[in-house]
Amino acid sequence: MDRPAKRVRNGTYEYEFMKQVLSSYLRQLEAESIYIMREVAAEFRNPVMLYSIGKDSAVLLHLAMKAFYPGKPPFPLLHVDTTWKFREMIAFRDAEAKRLGIDLMVHINEDGVRNGISPITHGSALHTDIMKTEALKQAFAKYGFDAAFGGARRDEEKSRAKERVFSFRNASHNWDPKRQRPELWHLANTKVNPGESMRVFPLSNWTELDVWTYIYLEDIPVVPLYFAKERPVIERDGTLIMVDDHRLPLEEGEQAEMRKVRFRTLGCYPLTGAIESEATTLPEIIEELIASRHSERQGRVIDHDQVGSMEKKKQEGYF
Amino acid sequence: MARLSVVEGTNDSASERLAARLVADEDRGLLRFLTCGSVDDGKSTLIGRLLYDSQLVFEDQLKNVERESKRPNSTRGTEIDLSLLVDGLQAEREQGITIDVAYRYFSTPRRKFIVADTPGHVQYTRNMATGASNCDFGVLLIDARQGVLTQTRRHACILSLLGIKKVALAVNKMDLIDFDQERFDEISEDFVTFAVPLGFDSITPIPVSALKGDNVTMPSAHMHWYHGPTLLGHLETVDVGRKSVEGPFRFPVQWVNRPHLDFRGVSGTVACGRIKPGEEVVIHPSGKRVHVARIVTADGDLDEAQDGDAITLTFAEEVDASRGEIVTTPEAAPSVADQLAAKIIWFDEEEMLPGRSYTIRCGTQTATATVSALKYKLNVDNLDHVAGKTLEMNEVGLCNLSMTKPLMFDPYGDNPETGSFILIDRFTNATVAAGMIEFGLRRATNVKWQELFVDKGARAGLKGQKPCVLWFTGLSGSGKSTIANTLEKRLHALGRHTYMLDGDNVRHGLNKDLGFTDADRVENIRRVAEAARLFVDAGLIVMVSFISPFRSERRMAREMVGEGEFIEIFVDTPLDVCEARDPKGLYRKARAGLIQNFTGIDSSYEEPENPELDLRTSESTPELLAERVLEELRRRNVV
Repeated sequence: MDRPAKRVRNGTYEYEFMKQVLSSYLRQLEAESIYIMREVAAEFRNPVMLYSIGKDSAVLLHLAMKAFYPGKPPFPLLHVDTTWKFREMIAFRDAEAKRLGIDLMVHINEDGVRNGISPITHGSALHTDIMKTEALKQAFAKYGFDAAFGGARRDEEKSRAKERVFSFRNASHNWDPKRQRPELWHLANTKVNPGESMRVFPLSNWTELDVWTYIYLEDIPVVPLYFAKERPVIERDGTLIMVDDHRLPLEEGEQAEMRKVRFRTLGCYPLTGAIESEATTLPEIIEELIASRHSERQGRVIDHDQVGSMEKKKQEGYF
Repeated sequence: MARLSVVEGTNDSASERLAARLVADEDRGLLRFLTCGSVDDGKSTLIGRLLYDSQLVFEDQLKNVERESKRPNSTRGTEIDLSLLVDGLQAEREQGITIDVAYRYFSTPRRKFIVADTPGHVQYTRNMATGASNCDFGVLLIDARQGVLTQTRRHACILSLLGIKKVALAVNKMDLIDFDQERFDEISEDFVTFAVPLGFDSITPIPVSALKGDNVTMPSAHMHWYHGPTLLGHLETVDVGRKSVEGPFRFPVQWVNRPHLDFRGVSGTVACGRIKPGEEVVIHPSGKRVHVARIVTADGDLDEAQDGDAITLTFAEEVDASRGEIVTTPEAAPSVADQLAAKIIWFDEEEMLPGRSYTIRCGTQTATATVSALKYKLNVDNLDHVAGKTLEMNEVGLCNLSMTKPLMFDPYGDNPETGSFILIDRFTNATVAAGMIEFGLRRATNVKWQELFVDKGARAGLKGQKPCVLWFTGLSGSGKSTIANTLEKRLHALGRHTYMLDGDNVRHGLNKDLGFTDADRVENIRRVAEAARLFVDAGLIVMVSFISPFRSERRMAREMVGEGEFIEIFVDTPLDVCEARDPKGLYRKARAGLIQNFTGIDSSYEEPENPELDLRTSESTPELLAERVLEELRRRNVV
């Protein structure tokens, strides 16, 4: 493998004809994720890849394209759309599916839509429960999936750190942290009975920094919302919320102001806090991340809405 | 291949800085290690210190810790309690969740680390083994005031058992013994002497204070007598170079890649050694010899692939290979056997039962396996051999296993990737055990199957009947034998050749050495099922009247005979009815505590899920029920 030519002249680095420089540990993480994906393709009847449009999903999809090359991934993508995603996310989603020529399914909980469920009037907990957790269960029932990939990483959140790569869910989609299957060596117990399923997390051992570094080195497209730009935001309880469309009701005296912000994590726009940033390129994002002293999920409202929040959601079937 | 977007002349400074970092990163490897030691040895503080000193603690996490450190029950006064950073485990304890392996991540400019933080008590042996199975290095903590304890020895034994070759002995709390060199030397000496038979390649003792930070990431100012590396320094440089790159080539076929007619490849991860295009390889078990045409990846074809690479191979010759097969070089074939000796760590709450069959997963192979014998149990505190009949949760033993088909493997000591397996319960799908293969037993290949010219069909044809097993299962006193006897008379009258295997009668002869523990019950059924199979082979209609309380063994009996030859008849009588009948007075004795392990009283009965026949005795008479069985036999053309 060619190594990059590197020289130092006058104290600055110069690079010519740079070939790939995935560090040996990133190559190892990549190979392990590919192994996990192939294992699922071989062992499950009807797998699906949950695609949430964010950076982790972008890496997941990129890895899937690699794992089954020269073929396409032998499973569809599924986006569970809460109808409250940023508009740029939806545009990006459709463009990616088209670019890669893969089968993208979108599922919306129509009952929730009919009942007018929204994060604004019903609160983040109920909205997430109905439009994400319930919707996901509906999709499983409708299509009969027996395994679903997700982009969760163990460094994200305490309860994720305890979860297995192959995470078993019973017929009601519940996660039981007390009865997880042990994972030794690279041996996955992929057995499920009809109605039961597996959530599979190929990025378990990746960190946020690994994800961004990999995106940079592999040139993976991501939603522009990750880059800093002047955007209309309002400040609520110390969180910067972007006014993405007319559905966000402004309180008295509240007025959207243009601030240079970006997102470290993407979810439903009224539930996702922006950070003020000058980072407009991947290197700047990575640099900001290295300097950052805040953990990634701080910007997520749903993690903090109850004590032991995420663990509780997962037990109920949240991804 | 990806390209760095940085070119000469760019003045984007973040890009330049990143590029410089990535170039420096290029050789940065990954070390997976586990930390072990008893709860009070300061493990959480040590990990907290590593995370804190390598600046991997975020401000919001630190704030939480600072706040918690100020609580009245905190032991550290005004200092930050670093152990709280590792609070996942604390949370688990509070919630009463089984203490689990937790993975943590940190990195330095030299290496990236994945730490498996494992619990120490004997009741968590399985969790520690799980952590160790994914690691290359172990950090064993010792409290300098306590020295080498039983737990220290146990952890060293488990590390050795899982094949970890290098360990660091972190002698912690040196600050509490005035950084005493003599004490440190004494502890190191003690441990090294104990560990000689465990076969570690290297043991590196390091005196540390996780609380004060001495020799964790920074050299200590208090121990000038110590000239070795800091713990982090050692972790950054220790060579755990797996021999597997130099070892024999192993490529377990994971997935067949056939996107269109013009491409046919096999995907998988190299489990050992290296391979180049053009080399000759053998696909096992078929033994077909072919040549590697291409090593395909999405980043372009490779000139060489090695241990750990996820690749797709194509062959120059037309050949079919499928999941579960193994590609090797011709000179280094894997071992093949349908009987193995292996060390097994038992995970399940329900004990291991010799004779019960489980699903075995070994690499990408899947088969059905039975533990045929437990040779001995291992005392994990010193690896002594102990006699035993079963393994309970967290126990380790050397077992013989027999498989329904031959497995391809390497001894675990040669290659953990191809020498390890898990056992899965066939009903609950729980992972019940993990195993490490020692060697194959050649018995199966030595005992040649006697070629028989008069076969089952010929023998049954002589009698004009179709042989089968009628398996009557139900509680004691449910009426199994009564119905079976009635049926046998009817069949005999019809000129059919039958035989009856009755629970009580068999226990007087063939099975008189067996008691009523779960393990003995399993063996009881195994022998009867084998006997029934021989009778079926002889062309007979065999009636088995046994309580046979466990689904697994009934399934085993079913699988011993041909498709359609096993008819499971559930003699469905509620417990209270059986107890009221109590024809042999056994329930009364069991209730009085005179009989132990009595099915329905203090031993469970697992009802059949899909029996061929469900006979409710409370709604009918034995004669009518026997007639129903006869109808079923007519329907199946047995008679």
